[in-house]
Amino acid sequence: MQASQNKKNEQMLTSDGIPLKKKLSKSLFRSRLRAFGLVTPLLLLISIGFVFPILVFLTRGIYNDTFEKYMVNLTPVLAEWNGISEPTEEMFEALVLDLVWLKETKNIGKVASRMNREMSGSRSLFTSSARKAKKLEAPYKESLIKVKKKWGDLETWRAMKVTSHSLTPVFLASALDMKYTAEGSFIQKSEDRRIHVKLFIRTLEISLIVVIAGLILGYPVAFLLANLPIRISNLLLILVLLPFWTSLLVRTTAWIAMLQGQGVLNDLFVVFGIATDEDRFTLIYNKAGTLISMTHILLPFMILPIYSVMKTIPPSYVRAAKSMGATNWTAFWRIYFPQTIPGIGAGAILVFILAISFYITPALVGGQDGTMISNFIDYHMRKSLNWSLAAAMGGVLLVIILFLYWIYDRVVGIDNMKLG
Amino acid sequence: MKLFKLTFATVSALFVAFGANAESITVVSWGGAYTKSQVEAYHKPWSQKTGNQVVSEDYSGGLAEVKAQVESGNVTWDVVDVELSDALQGCDEGILEEIDHSTLPAAPDGSPATQDFLPGALQDCAVGNIVWSTLYAYDKTKFDTPPTTMADFFDIEKFPGKRGMRKLGKAMLEMALMGDGVPAAEVYDLLGTEEGVQRAFAKLDTIKDHVVWWEAGAQPPQLLADGEVSMTITWNGRIFNAIAQEKQPFGLVWDGQIYDLDLFVIPKGSKNKEAALDFIRFSTDTKRLADQASWIPYGPLRNSSIPLIGTFHSDPSIKMIDHMPTTEVALKNALQNDFEFWADNGEELNERFNAWLAN
Repeated sequence: MQASQNKKNEQMLTSDGIPLKKKLSKSLFRSRLRAFGLVTPLLLLISIGFVFPILVFLTRGIYNDTFEKYMVNLTPVLAEWNGISEPTEEMFEALVLDLVWLKETKNIGKVASRMNREMSGSRSLFTSSARKAKKLEAPYKESLIKVKKKWGDLETWRAMKVTSHSLTPVFLASALDMKYTAEGSFIQKSEDRRIHVKLFIRTLEISLIVVIAGLILGYPVAFLLANLPIRISNLLLILVLLPFWTSLLVRTTAWIAMLQGQGVLNDLFVVFGIATDEDRFTLIYNKAGTLISMTHILLPFMILPIYSVMKTIPPSYVRAAKSMGATNWTAFWRIYFPQTIPGIGAGAILVFILAISFYITPALVGGQDGTMISNFIDYHMRKSLNWSLAAAMGGVLLVIILFLYWIYDRVVGIDNMKLG
Repeated sequence: MKLFKLTFATVSALFVAFGANAESITVVSWGGAYTKSQVEAYHKPWSQKTGNQVVSEDYSGGLAEVKAQVESGNVTWDVVDVELSDALQGCDEGILEEIDHSTLPAAPDGSPATQDFLPGALQDCAVGNIVWSTLYAYDKTKFDTPPTTMADFFDIEKFPGKRGMRKLGKAMLEMALMGDGVPAAEVYDLLGTEEGVQRAFAKLDTIKDHVVWWEAGAQPPQLLADGEVSMTITWNGRIFNAIAQEKQPFGLVWDGQIYDLDLFVIPKGSKNKEAALDFIRFSTDTKRLADQASWIPYGPLRNSSIPLIGTFHSDPSIKMIDHMPTTEVALKNALQNDFEFWADNGEELNERFNAWLAN
C-alpha cells in the first residue's frame, strides 16, 4: 500500500538521478542475461544432443520414405491405382524401370527389406526379379509374372501400395499388435503374433511392483535413518549410498552370482534343507530375477527422497500428538505419515519412471518372462534393424509415461513432490 | 540416464575415431576361441609381414552396427566376419564394399581363386573363410547312455536336465523339426508352410520350461561347465576347444547339425580400405586358412587348404580333419542353412519366435 502510494506521488530516484524502477529492471535484466548465459551451454547440449535427436528419431515411427525415395517411377502410378482393379501394364513397366535402376545403384536391398516387413517373403521376390529385370522385354506384365508368379497376385500390389505412403501409421499399428490394410483400416494380428501390448502391460506391472516393494522396504529404512542418532544413521546412510555408487552392471552381475541355480542363495537353501540339491529354485532368468534385482537397484531412489523429507519433520509434532492422548499408531498415521507423502510421491515417481525404461537388468536376468518393452526396442534397433518400429514403440512408451505423469499430477499434484 | 548414455556414446566414438590411424585396422569377429584362432593364424602373421597393427573387436553377429556406422558416416570397423545371409543382405543394401575376386591369391597349383574356393564362398561383397556348424553338446557325466540323435535333445524324460538354446528362431526351428523326425532334406520345404511352423513350435513347447536361452557364443560351453544345463545347442568349434584344451567331459552329437559359412566383408566407407583388402587377401590364402584349422575345427573354404590341415596346436594326437563339420560322419543327417529362406521369412519367424518366448 505504502509503495504504491509512493509511486503515485513521486518517482523514487536513485543517487545518480535515474528512476529506481528503470535502474532496477536494468540490473535485473543484466542478471537474468548472466543467468541465461550460464545455462546456455547446458541448454545447447540438451537440445542438440538430446531433444533434437530424439525428435528426429521419433519421426521415423510415422515416416519412412524408403519406398517413395527409391521407387521413383512406380510410386506416382501406385497413387492413382485404386487397389482393387487388376494391375495395368503401365504399373508393371514402372516397376521394371525401378528394379533395373535399383539393381544398378545397389539399393535394391533397402526396398526389399522394407517390403519384406509388409509382406513376408517378398525380399527374394524383389532381389531375384531385380537381377533379371534388365533382360525383360515388353509386355512387362507377362514377362515379370513369368519370372515370379507372385507378381500376378493382387496382394503383392496392395502391399506395395501401403508401403508407398511415406507418412504411414503401419509402424504405430505394429507397435500395438495391429496391421494397417490397404483400405486404411486396422485389424488385430493373429493370437500367436501379438506380443507388444502384452509387453507394455508387463512393463507397467513390473514397474508398479518395484515401486510398491521399494516403498515397503525403503520406508522403514528411511525412518531409521532420519530418527537414529547421527553417528549410527551416518553409517547406515553409507550402507545405502555404497550400492548407489556402484555400477549398475556390477550390481546386476552380483545378483546373478547370488541367485543362479548353483549360486549362493540356492546353496544356502540346500544347506538348510529348504530345497534339495536336484530341485533348486529358479530365481533368475525369469520375472522373479528381474523383480529382485530391480527392486534392489532402485531402492536408494526411494529411500533418499523419503529420508530427506523425514529429516525436516520436527519431532515435536508427534510428541504434541501423544501429549494430547494419541496412541503411537494414531500419532504416526494421522500426524507423521501425511507429512512424508511428498517424499513418497517423489520416490515413487522417480523409481517408476526409471523402472519403466529399465534395460540392462532385465536383459541380463530377465530370461523370457522377465523382459520388458525396452528390450524389444533394443531388439529392433540392433537385431532386426527395424528402426521405424523401434521408434514407434519408443513413441508409445513416451506417450504412456506422459499420460501417467498427467494422472499423477491430477491425483497427487506435482507441486506436492519434494526431492529434498 | 539417456543423456548419460548418449554422452558416453559420443565420447567413446570420439576416442575410437582418434585412436584409429592409417597403420591399424579394426577386425571384428565373434570372440572366444574363434577370434583366438584368427588372431593366431591371420592377425599375427599379417602384422609381422606388413608392420600394420590389427585391433580385434568382438560382436555377436548381425548387420546393425555396420549399418549404424555406414549411415552415420563414421565407419570404425574395417573388416567384419559375418554369416552368409548377412553378407548377401548387406551387399544388396549397399552397406558393404565390393571385392574384386581376381585380386585374390591363386592356389599353390596355379588355379585361380574363383575355382579354388568352394561353391558359395565368394560373393560380390564377401570372401569366405570357414564352414562352421550349429549342433548340440552334452555333459558326459550326466548320462549313462549318451544321446545320439536330434530327437534325444528334445527327450526330457530319457535325458533329464536343462537345455541350452540360442535365443533366435534361426537354426532352433529347423532343429525342432529334425528332432520331431523330419529328415534334413525336407526341413525347409516344411518350414515354409504354416503347419510346418506350427509343428516346430509345438516341438519347442515340449521343452520350453527346461530351456536356458543364450545369446553370445561363449555362453554355451560355460553353461555346460557350470552344470546349469546338461545339453546345449552350440557351435562345434567352441565346444571342441573346451574338450581338447580344457579337457572338459563334453560330447558332441552331429546328427541334425546345421552348417553355414562365415565370410569377411568390408563396411562401405572404411577408412583403411586398401589395408583391409590386403588383410583379406592374405588371410584367405591357402596356407592361412589351413593354419587356422589347427586352432579350431572350422573347415577352410579353399579346396587347396584341405590337404594341408594339420593337428591341434597344443596336442599333436588330435587330427583336426576328423572334427570338421564336413566329415562323412558329420554330414550323415546334416542341413545347410538356407540363407534365402531366412532372408525372406526371418522377419516373420523371429517375430513369432519372440511372441512364443514371451508367452
